[in-house]
Amino acid sequence: MNKIMKLDRRNFLKAGAAVGGGLMLGFHIPAANAAPAKNAEINAWVVVGADDSVLIRVAHSEMGQGAMTGLAQLVAEELGCDWNKVRTEFVDPRLNITRNKVYGGMATVGSRAIRSSQEYVRKAGASARMMLVSAAASRWKVSAADCAVKEGVISHAASGRTLTYGAVAEAAAKIAPPTQVTLKDPATWTIAGQPKMRLDMDEKVTGKAFYAIDVRLDGMLYAAIAQSPVFGGKLKSYDETALKNAKGVRKIVALPNAVAVVADSYWEAQKAVRALPIEWNNGGNEKVSSASIATFLGEGLAAKDVPVARNDGDVEKVLASAAKTISAEYRVPYLSHAAMEPMNCTVRFNADGTLDVWAPTQNAEAILGAAARSSGLEPLKINVHLSYSGGGFGRRGGAAPGDYVDQAVAIAKAAGAPVKLVWSREEDIQHDFYRPISSAKMTAALGADGMPVAWNTRISGHSIMSTANPAAIKNNMDQGFLVLFHDNVYDVPNVKVDYAMRNTHVPVGYWRSVNHSQNAYFRESFLDELAHAAGQDPYEYRRKLLHKAPKQLAVLEACAKAADWGKPLPTGQFRGIAQIDGYGSYAAAVAEISMNADGTPHVHRIVQAIDPGYAVNPDAIKAQMEGSVAWTLSAALYGEITIKDGRVEQGNFDRYRMLLLNKMPKVETVVVPSGGFWGGIGEPGGPAVVPALINAMLAATGKPTRSLPIIKRGTTV
Amino acid sequence: MINLNINGKEHAVDVDPDMPLLWVLRDTLGMMGTKFGCGIAQCGSCTVQLDGVATRACATPVSAVASAKITTIEGLSADGSHPIQKAWVAHQVPQCGYCQSGMIMAVDALLKTTPKPTDAEIGAAITNICRCGTYARVRDAIHDIANV
Repeated sequence: MNKIMKLDRRNFLKAGAAVGGGLMLGFHIPAANAAPAKNAEINAWVVVGADDSVLIRVAHSEMGQGAMTGLAQLVAEELGCDWNKVRTEFVDPRLNITRNKVYGGMATVGSRAIRSSQEYVRKAGASARMMLVSAAASRWKVSAADCAVKEGVISHAASGRTLTYGAVAEAAAKIAPPTQVTLKDPATWTIAGQPKMRLDMDEKVTGKAFYAIDVRLDGMLYAAIAQSPVFGGKLKSYDETALKNAKGVRKIVALPNAVAVVADSYWEAQKAVRALPIEWNNGGNEKVSSASIATFLGEGLAAKDVPVARNDGDVEKVLASAAKTISAEYRVPYLSHAAMEPMNCTVRFNADGTLDVWAPTQNAEAILGAAARSSGLEPLKINVHLSYSGGGFGRRGGAAPGDYVDQAVAIAKAAGAPVKLVWSREEDIQHDFYRPISSAKMTAALGADGMPVAWNTRISGHSIMSTANPAAIKNNMDQGFLVLFHDNVYDVPNVKVDYAMRNTHVPVGYWRSVNHSQNAYFRESFLDELAHAAGQDPYEYRRKLLHKAPKQLAVLEACAKAADWGKPLPTGQFRGIAQIDGYGSYAAAVAEISMNADGTPHVHRIVQAIDPGYAVNPDAIKAQMEGSVAWTLSAALYGEITIKDGRVEQGNFDRYRMLLLNKMPKVETVVVPSGGFWGGIGEPGGPAVVPALINAMLAATGKPTRSLPIIKRGTTV
Repeated sequence: MINLNINGKEHAVDVDPDMPLLWVLRDTLGMMGTKFGCGIAQCGSCTVQLDGVATRACATPVSAVASAKITTIEGLSADGSHPIQKAWVAHQVPQCGYCQSGMIMAVDALLKTTPKPTDAEIGAAITNICRCGTYARVRDAIHDIANV
């Protein structure tokens, strides 16, 4: 036991002991493995077994962010069941069709899994509890109001009788759901709000967790693919005689912009597709390069007559007459998602006219839609098998979630057999929907007290909405591209924000933290340049500008306090600070660094604070904040997708470099939920980290860093 | 036929000698715990052990491992009872989990030769890519195991 007690960091002994005896590790024993018991569906979300097991349905995807556990905690909290008897099941998207959208939206994007569904899933839990209590009360012929619930046991104090949920589940399922449901005060939570162990841990440390890429079917063949290297290009021809003697090859499938080779094993398919001579019609974009794109965006920074998102006061007039102005241009490159599980999809056409599909996703309904569209089958004839997703980060739920599904359907149809399509890492990195390239030109005027009196911002970049949701574009304005600027809470009397939409042929999409990832860097780094020019402490500078924004101010102060802002650091170490709001939450970061001889920073420690309103699982929140640090440091230090001859130059992790463990700083996170609202977790954590780091570099060197990645700083994007 | 010793069990496989061990494990033998991430030995999702040494199976031809004792995540322990697995649960290390089989196999190999690694030794040995960014917890969990 000593060994385990030493490992106990997060209450796992307590959780384990409750499961029952022995060296339990808090592993959840799925009820499916126990003796089969009769299950009663109380409502769409809650199924209670005669053995008291509780199955909670989860409509959102689990891609690492912990939503599966957090959503189950919310339902279980209101249900009042025994948490150790809870297991979960992903919702079959067909049920959302046949049950009239009872599961709401299934898209797991925008850090919205919990905040967008918390009310209806909590109501489902509360409603189920009321039905179970009502069933017990009827059996006892007492008032439900005189019954109490604790950990799945209903009791009637006056008579001393008890019944478990399992004993009344069948009767409860027949009761009409209540029309009035009152939710618990979060201050009284005992399951939600706690750092419960994730329900997917035991599978994920034993190699048993099931991802779509792991599916194996009788008679299944494997496909590898080569897509047009130049975006927008089409397949012209290929020379199949090159594969005449290739072992294991069963079929070559031509697609409009790709060729797939189907073989007995994935390795044979991959080897064959690489050996296949292919010619492409490049479609006219084969001369585009990073340099031509930089010129295009630079022209956007200088363009006249672009749409204006915000215009407070008279920026031009104040800037023209100001004693002191500061101007800077910032640039960020395209970035790829590079989720660890490469894009894959397995498709099986069945003799009875149905279709089975497996694919990693952030939106099971989108997979269903893509499979229906590309197969021509009715959605109800398509079974989307749900699995964990090996990362997502926006690639599997955003701009075009269906590309790999469409391909797999076409390939399986042509092959006449079940086919598993797996993209190589090179295909993944070269055929992404990239975090858009973007540039900002900012000019500010400082008053006699050093505080900004005018702030003009022009952003030039490739609109995500122009392809993901064109209806959201009005007069060439993509409001989302200007987030943190059009809604900037710093109190500056004259503010102008405008946008030059400069769309290229490179596909863009949602990349974790989306436009916050670029604009936090632009805004917060430039703000530090202003504080630096004013000779003021950047934390105190922000505090003065946030006097009308109490939530942003509170999280900034919490972060500064946790980071001991103002206390001396060892010689050669420097701090930087930044704050943002986004995805319904408020976040701040402090970076502590020293400078390496080669001009790159050594990051010693990141301290972060987040106010998500309510903290459903504080440990899962910390995990997301820690992960956001690694995500964002990869991008800031190394991340860059470049274009040459119309195509992506990087192909794998050798040239698209990732942060490794040796560069991971110590991370401390303070969670400061202030209540009254529901904020997201997956994306608010990253954006403030980059400018905190950049601002620490400014403190260390006195020089701003106006383009990323840092390893290329000083050069143009 | 190539004879392989995997997790203490003998397997005879009829595959091309050039086929990487990763695909023999996954496609031929159906051992799906070892993952494909990059195919060029950069990310470490496919890490297994050959005679206890961490090895990236995606770039290791099966013909080169016929004489070795191969250990995969399935051979570490089936029930999560290995000290690394316990520490991983206690620290809630995995997020998406996809890289963790390889991460755990690399950590196990490190701890065999260096039972009490420093941060620098951990950083030098554990070069697996985790896009979810579980590195800080990986490091903390390793130190906890080492201090038991």
